[in-house]
Amino acid sequence: MKVIQIDKSELDAGLGKLENAYRLIGPVKEKDYHAFKTLKTGEKPDLYYINTRLSARAVLYPQTEVMFEFSLDRTDEQYGILKEPKKNDTPRAVIGIRPCDADAYEVVRRNFDTPEYKDPYWLKNYEATTLVGLACSNPCPTCFCTSTVSGPFSDKNLDIMLVDNGDHFLARVLTEKGEKLSESAGWNSPADNADDAIETLKDSAESKIKSSVSTDNLAKQSLIDLYEAESAIWESEAFACINCGTCTHACPTCWCFDVQDETYGKSGVRMRIWDSCMYPIFSIHASGHNPRGTKLARVRQRFMHKLKYYVDKYEKGIQCTGCGRCVRLCPVNIDIRRICNKMNSYDPETCSCKVAS
Amino acid sequence: MHNPYLPYPVRIDDITVETEDKSLKTFKFVFLNPGDEEAFTYQAGQFAELSIAGLGEIPIGIASSPTEKGFVKFTVFKTGKVTSYLHAMKEGDIMGVRGPMGKPYPWDVLEGKNVVIIGGGFAFTTLRSSIIYMLHPDNRPKFKDIHVIYGARSPGMLLYKDELMEWAERDDINMHITVDATDDPEWKYHKGFVPAITEQEAPPGDADTYAIVCGPPIMIKFTQPVLDKLGYSDKQIIMSLENRMKCGIGICGHCNIGKELVCKDGPVFTLEQLNQTPKEY
Repeated sequence: MKVIQIDKSELDAGLGKLENAYRLIGPVKEKDYHAFKTLKTGEKPDLYYINTRLSARAVLYPQTEVMFEFSLDRTDEQYGILKEPKKNDTPRAVIGIRPCDADAYEVVRRNFDTPEYKDPYWLKNYEATTLVGLACSNPCPTCFCTSTVSGPFSDKNLDIMLVDNGDHFLARVLTEKGEKLSESAGWNSPADNADDAIETLKDSAESKIKSSVSTDNLAKQSLIDLYEAESAIWESEAFACINCGTCTHACPTCWCFDVQDETYGKSGVRMRIWDSCMYPIFSIHASGHNPRGTKLARVRQRFMHKLKYYVDKYEKGIQCTGCGRCVRLCPVNIDIRRICNKMNSYDPETCSCKVAS
Repeated sequence: MHNPYLPYPVRIDDITVETEDKSLKTFKFVFLNPGDEEAFTYQAGQFAELSIAGLGEIPIGIASSPTEKGFVKFTVFKTGKVTSYLHAMKEGDIMGVRGPMGKPYPWDVLEGKNVVIIGGGFAFTTLRSSIIYMLHPDNRPKFKDIHVIYGARSPGMLLYKDELMEWAERDDINMHITVDATDDPEWKYHKGFVPAITEQEAPPGDADTYAIVCGPPIMIKFTQPVLDKLGYSDKQIIMSLENRMKCGIGICGHCNIGKELVCKDGPVFTLEQLNQTPKEY
C-alpha cells in the first residue's frame, strides 16, 4: 500500500485539478454546522471540521430521489407508463468523509445489494464515487466507534485516507479508485516512515475515545427475550421519546424509505423519500390497524433493528458505526450506548440488566 | 442494471364485481410487452405490486393460477387511495404490475400430502390461485385429499361464487362453504363460523396433512385452537401475512416482523416460524 505526502500548501492546487475529472463533494460550514455539499468551482472543503451534523448518507442516497417519470396526458401514447429518468453518473469524489460515515456505506450496502435484488440508484451512486476519507484525530465525547464496526482511523471502506500530520497530510492510497484520483490531483510525493507515524496518531486518537458499547453477547441473546424485555428495557427507554425521528434522519446506517407519487399538471414522478420507523404512519395498514401502534413498539423497533435483527441476519456486527449523532441530537437524551449495554447484559432469568439506567 | 422498482405495463382486460356490496372487484390484466408475461412467472401464494402512475403502488396477492396463461388476476378490496382509484378504472386502461414477490406456499412440501385450505372473507385470493393450480389435471395426482373450508358473512360476500359452486360438484375436492348467516331458503351449504366448520369437517392433523389458513385476525385466532385440537403441529399450519409495504423486495424496511421481512422472507410462514418472531402484523 502506497502512502504519499501532501503538503497543506499544495492541497488546494490538487483539489483544483480534480474539479475537471470529478464532481467534488465535501464538508462546508453552513451557519453553525457542517454539511456535505457539492463544491462550487474553486470552493474548498473544510478539512478541519469535527463532523457534519447529518451523516454522509445523502451523498449516495438523497433524502428525496426521483425513481421514475411519467406522462399523465391522455393523448400521449406513453400515458401512465413509468420511465427511468436520465441520471448524472459522472464520477464524483467525497473529500474529507469521516471513517464512521464511510463504514456506514458498507453496513447499508448489505441492504441495497442483495443476491436477489440490486437497488440500482444506490449502487450506481456508490460505483461512481471515490471516497477520500479524513482520519479523526480529535473525536467527540459522544463517539464510540472503536467498539462498533468502525474506528477513528478505519480505512476499510475508503479509497484514500488522509491523516493530518502538522504541515502536511499523509495519504494512504488504498484502492484503484484512490490511485486514479491521486494521479489526477498530481499527488505523488512518497512519504517516509509514514506507517509508523500513522500508527502513532491512530493510537493517540483511539485513546481519546472514552465511551463504548458492549456487543459481545447480543448475538447469543434470544430475539424474543429481548423483544419482550418491556419492563427491563423498553418502557423506561421509550418513556421520554417524542417520536420526532431526528435519530433516524441523522443516522448514517438508517436506510428506510417511503415511495410517493407526485404530479404536476400532465406529468409526474415516482420518488423515494427517507422514512422513519419512529412515525406511526410507517407501519399502519390501510384498514387502520397498526402493528406498531405504540411509542414503545416504535422505539423498540429502532434499537432491535440496529442491535439485534441486523446482528442476527448478517452476522457482521451491529448496524451502527458509533458516530454519536443520535446521542448528540436526541432532544430527550435517549442514548443508544446505554440501550446497547442493557440489551447486551439483559438476563431473561431475572428480567434485569447489569447496567444501570 | 435491471431496475426491480420498474413495473411491467399492463392493460385492464376485464373487471368483475365480486361481492354484493361492490367492495371487491377482480381485475384481469394482460401484459403490453411481449416477454413480460414470461418474466412474471409465479407460483400460487406470491403477490405483486399494482402500480398506478400518479397514485402509487399496492401489494396484492395474485388470484390467478400459474396454470392460467395469457393474463394475471387480482381481487382488490376498495379501502385506500390507490384501491379507490383502481375501482373507478375501466377496461382498456393502462397501469403497471411489478413482481412476482415473496415466497409462494411450500408446494414442494405439500406434494403427496393432504391439503386443507381454510379461508375467510376476502383473504381467499391466493387460495383461489392454489385451488386452480392443484385441480389442474397435471397437478391433481400430486396431492392426496383436498379440503376447502371457506366462509364469508353472507352468500353475496363470497368471492368467486361460480367457481365455488363448480368445485362443490366435483369429487376430487371436498368443499365446505359456509356463511355466518343467511335467510335464503335455497342455501344448501353450511351456516356458521369458519372455526366451527373446521372442527366439524377438517380431517385430523396427521403427519401427511397440512393446513393453509388465510383470513381476518379474528378467524385465525379462533381457528388456531381448533387445529391444535385436531392434532396439527405448528409446522403443518401455513399462514400468509400482510403488512404495510412499499418496495416489495426487502429493501425499504417497512414490513419487518423481527428480522424477517414479510415481503421477501414471507408472506408465507409456518406457525412454527411465526412463534419465533415478534407479533408485529
